[in-house]
This record gives sequence, C-alpha cells and structure tokens, in this order.
Amino acid sequence: MDKIWLVIQREYLARVKKKSFLLVTLLTPLIFPAIMGVFVWIAVEEKDNQSLRIIEVIDDNDLFFLESSEQYAFSFSNLQEEEAKELVQNGERFGFLHIPNFDLKEPSGITYYGEENPSMNLISYLENNLKKKIEEQRLFESGIDPKIINEVRTKISIKSITLDDQGTETVSDATVNYAIGFLAGILIYMFIFIYGNQIMQGVIEEKSSRIVEILVSSLKPFQLMMGKILGIAAVGLTQLVIWIVLIGTLTTVVTGFLGMQMPQQQAMEMANADLGQSMPNSDIGEILQVLSGINVTEIVLCFVFYFLGGYLLYGALFAGIGSAVDAPSDAQQFMLPVTIPLIVAYMGLFVFVLNDPNSTTSFWLSIVPLTSPIAMMGRVSYGVPGLELALSMGLLILGFLATTWLAGKIYRIGILMHGTKPTYKTLWKWIKTNN
Amino acid sequence: MLNIEKLNKSYGANKALTDLDLEVKKGVIFGLLGPNGAGKTTLIRIINQIIDGDSGQIYLNGETLAPKHISQIGYLPEERGLYKKMKVWDQMLYFARLKGLSQVDAKSKIKFWLEKLEMSTWRDKKIEDLSKGMAQKVQFISTIIHNPPLLILDEPFSGFDPVNAEIIKNEILELKQNGTTVILSTHRMESVELLCDQVAMINRSKKILDGTIKQVKSSYRPEVFSITIDQNKQPIPAEWAAKQEDSSYHFTLPLSGKTPNQLLHELMEYGEIAQFREVIPSMEEIFIRQVKSTENG
Repeated sequence: MDKIWLVIQREYLARVKKKSFLLVTLLTPLIFPAIMGVFVWIAVEEKDNQSLRIIEVIDDNDLFFLESSEQYAFSFSNLQEEEAKELVQNGERFGFLHIPNFDLKEPSGITYYGEENPSMNLISYLENNLKKKIEEQRLFESGIDPKIINEVRTKISIKSITLDDQGTETVSDATVNYAIGFLAGILIYMFIFIYGNQIMQGVIEEKSSRIVEILVSSLKPFQLMMGKILGIAAVGLTQLVIWIVLIGTLTTVVTGFLGMQMPQQQAMEMANADLGQSMPNSDIGEILQVLSGINVTEIVLCFVFYFLGGYLLYGALFAGIGSAVDAPSDAQQFMLPVTIPLIVAYMGLFVFVLNDPNSTTSFWLSIVPLTSPIAMMGRVSYGVPGLELALSMGLLILGFLATTWLAGKIYRIGILMHGTKPTYKTLWKWIKTNN
Repeated sequence: MLNIEKLNKSYGANKALTDLDLEVKKGVIFGLLGPNGAGKTTLIRIINQIIDGDSGQIYLNGETLAPKHISQIGYLPEERGLYKKMKVWDQMLYFARLKGLSQVDAKSKIKFWLEKLEMSTWRDKKIEDLSKGMAQKVQFISTIIHNPPLLILDEPFSGFDPVNAEIIKNEILELKQNGTTVILSTHRMESVELLCDQVAMINRSKKILDGTIKQVKSSYRPEVFSITIDQNKQPIPAEWAAKQEDSSYHFTLPLSGKTPNQLLHELMEYGEIAQFREVIPSMEEIFIRQVKSTENG
C-alpha cells in the first residue's frame, strides 16, 4: 500500500509540476468564453458592416411584394429577365429572383440567379417570405382576412412541475436538465479520453525507457499500474476542481460586473440555436427556480462517481494497451475496442438519452458499464429511480474490477516484452497465463 | 546467501531454465556467465521476483524467497532506465523509497553517495541533461542506495568510460569488503577474472560450469606447456613447429600422458631450458570452448 502511495505521489507531482499543466489549467476556462466572445463579436461586426444586398425581383403574377430586411432589399423595376441578369453580372444587383406565373395551389418554377452561390440563410429567407405571401394570398382568396389570422396567433409556454410521492412540487425545465446532462456527459467523455491517453503514454514511456524493469524489482506490477492510474486521476480531479473554482469566480465577477444573466446560459443558447428557441420565454428568474429545484447534491455525487468510475474502468484498459506495445503508433490496433464503446456512449447520449431519458435504449446505455459513465449522466439530471441508479453503479464497480483484473494480467507480462508486436491472440494468451 | 535448487522456467515450448542448481556464498562476487539468450536474464528476473519460476526452490539466507526480501536485493538491469524529466535527487529518492527506505534515511544516504562519487552539483539536474556516463552513475547509486546484502549487476560496466568504470569497479570491491554479496552477469571476461571469486556458466537453459575461477581454470587445463629453449644441443624436431628467435626456440607441447617432470627431463637434452610454463586458458577461451561444445553436442 505504501508503495502504491509513492507511485501516486510521483505520477501526480511529475504532471502537476509541469508548466504545461499550469498553463492548460489556467487558460482553458478563459479560452472557451474568449472564443465564444470572439464569435459573437465577429457576428455583430459583420451584420453592422454588411452593405445592404439588393435583389431584383420579377414577378410575372404581379402579386407579391416582398418586404426588405436589414440584410436584403428588394427592387421591383419591371425589367426584362435579360436585363435583370445583366445587372447581376455587372454586380449592380446582388441577385435576381424570378417568380413565374403559377397556380397558387402549386407554386413552382421560382428561380434565383446570383453571382455567388446563395447561402442557406438567403434561400430559406426567400422561401419563408414567399411562403408567407402565398399563404396570405390563398387565405385572402378563400375569404379570410390575413389580419384576423395575425390577431389570432398566440404564443404559449408550458410550465412543467414534477410531483413526487410526497406531493412536493418542483418546477422543472427539460432544457436545464438537458444542459446539465449534456455538460456532464461531455466532460466525462473528454476526461476519459484525455487522461486515458496520458496513462497509456506514461506506461509506454516507462516500458520503452526500461525503467519498468527496475520498478518491478521493487514493487508488484499491479501496484505500479494502480499507482499510475490513481495518480493521474488525482491530476484530473485537481484540474477539474481548479476549473470549477475559476469558472465560478469568473462567473460571479462577470455577473456582478455586467448585471447580466449567467454567461453559461448565454453560451448555451448561442451554441445550440434549437435550445435557445425552445425557451423563448424563460427568464433568469425561472431558470434559477428550476436550478433550485434540481437535486444538486445528487447530481454532483453522481457526477463524481461516474467521472471516477468511468475513468478507472477505461484507465485500466488504456494501461493494459500501453503495456502491450513498444511505441504509441503500435497502440492503434488495440484502441478500437476501447474507443468504440466510448463513441457509442457519446452518440447515445445525444441521440437517445438526452431526448428521451426513459426509453429502453437509454436504460440499457445507462446500465452497461462501458457506456454508463457517459449515458447515465444524461439521465441523472432528469431524475433516475434509485434502484436503477444502484444497479448501474454496482455494475460499473464490477466492470471496473473486471477491466482492472484483465489489464493487470496483460500489464504484468506486457511490460517486460520487448520487440514483439503482440496480437489479440497473444494478449489472450497472457490473460490466461497464471502467476 | 543464495541457494537455488532445481529451478525450471519455460515460456510456452521454450525452456529458459532447466533444473538449475546454484549456490552463492555470502560475501563473494559471483560471475554469472553465458551467451545471449542462455537464460541469465530469466534467472535474474526470478531472483528479483519480477517473474516466478515454474518449479524449484530459492532460498535467501535459508528462507524461502518472498516479497519481504525485495528490500534486501539491489538490481541493476542491463537495459538502464531513468525518468528523463526527473531531477537526479528526486529520482534517487523515489527509487530509495520504493526499496523501503524512510524519507530521512533515503535523503542522508543519497547525500552520502552524491558526495562520495563527486556528483553533488548535479542534484538538481534533469536526467535528460546528463551525459550517458553521468546517468549510469545515477543508476548505479540508485541500485545500491538501500545497502542491499545481495546485489545483482547485469553488465555494470557498459556505458562507462575507463575512468568511471574503474570507479565503479572499486565501489563494487568496497561493497564486497563490507560483506555485500554480488552477482555479476557479464560478457566481459577480463572483468570476470579480475573481480569474481566464483563463476557459473549457463547455456541453453542449463548450467554447464560452476566453481571458483581457479577450479574452473584447472579443470579446463589443456595440459599444454609453453617452452623456450636456448642454445640447442640437438636439433629440435620439426613437428614441434618451433619459432626461432636468435638462438632461442619457442614452442608448445602437450603432456601426452607424461608428467610435467618427465617432459622437462626429456627437453633438457635439447638445450638450456629458458622457460617451462603451463598454458592456462583465459576465462574467455573457456567460455567460447564451452559454449561451442554444448552447441555441437
């Protein structure tokens, strides 16, 4: 036990003392908001600086009057098609929209000419605009005044409240749950990949520089492997804690300074337009209410558990792979079985878990130990029955013990093997070898 | 000190050690010889408990070898390795602590050795900034830092220039004086003859030779004498292929069943005997001969 502790200390200090660690740890919390800020700034600048784009329209129906926007203006100069095309070619017009004569029930043949390939944005803007006009026209023809339609249009938003067995009412908002599950899942995914790779690199370094032969004459290979995995876990936790403290402080400072809503919230909205649209009415008060309704302790505890559990499960596998090969380039062939479940979990998180946390697929993804660290976090934020959570956690512990046992067997033999490229068959032979 | 009985180890179908018996007495320097792939590294790894033998017993000071003996053994592998990014001091401290020394003990020992080998100024240098010889010294100190009663050195002189090799050689001898038992695995026969009290040779997983240097040498005496005769009275037979140098003749003769005295007596008839000396094989010759004979047989 003492010796594992020594290894943990060495692995931890060797990494934490590095300048690059300090740099990454301090800069990452600044970089993401900074990148976000730059994007927003550029977008705003671009909008301001953009000259108005004039689009020539020829409407053979003489029905449609398209309204200009900040970006696009429409000119109806009663030109001939050829003349309009010429204008586009000389650059006097940004584009030219031709609306041929058509039956309002089946509008077709609308064509846009432009010198540049039109953006999705422009085409959908034109389509929406025309669609609205055609619909209005048809409503008008069937005797309904479009003005009435506009008056009738209503906006609603449903406030959802979760009722538990005791009858306690909690305000919930799927968006907030989604965001928490999304962030937690991605963090765990990234952590497993980044730090798992560090474990592998570390093992390969010790093996290829032959330090390992001296080390294993002083302690058991298993102690060495566990020490490395745990030491690197401590590095990751340190980094996480520093990030949380830094982001917390930054947020407080920024919020206090600008008196705005939380920057993460903003960032979320910008990062995912759909999310932003789905909660147009939620204001800061409501979000805070929802946040206060979430069982923060449970989520944090689950996060730490799955964070560590997932890391330990995969960390052992990464250590096993590192021990089997002589150089990182040889590791590729063994990476597939490790990366595939991770990617399945990651995709599953978005495709199934976050959209429907209670579906069968979501259930299995959050139970199977290889995918549960990522998938379960997507469910936890929505609330998971205690029994399922216990099952998933228990299986994850078993899974972690299993991969550690497996990796230990490979590691023990692998670290002393040089110059041979192992195959899956040799790995299997090592696993079966006793003592 | 170390007793090995009927040790066997195989990797799949390959035998690495076959019924190996070995006895290393306390306070000697024991030469472990053998060509590459003979099984030396396997044996050393088993003694270090890095791997386990398939069958057989190993006793250290009469006790069956167990994990608690790790701190009593110091091991310098043939392929050296240090953490490139670690500082000399930290590196040594880590290895010393892994061998079970307390923090305080380890620090004072490291200080002692750094001063003894005049390396104190390097203590804060990273291994990657050291020359190969310097790194080897760090490695050597790391091996002996915990004062192990049994020291296993695999090719300890490789990577050293003659000056540093001499320093290391003297350190090994000094350790022996202080009662340390040393197992020296090497291909350099001159260092074997210089340092070792006892040797064992392994080839193709089996022990083919064992004993003190003197015993080994005498059992491999080819019973050939090197002779120099001055002022020949009678012509020297042509089949002796003597080399003439002024009035002296040099040649070698086998005993061919005679005693040395009988041979000497016969030779006196040819002239004045200037030299009559038994040809003693070097360890190198014995090594090569033995390996070849087991290879052919």
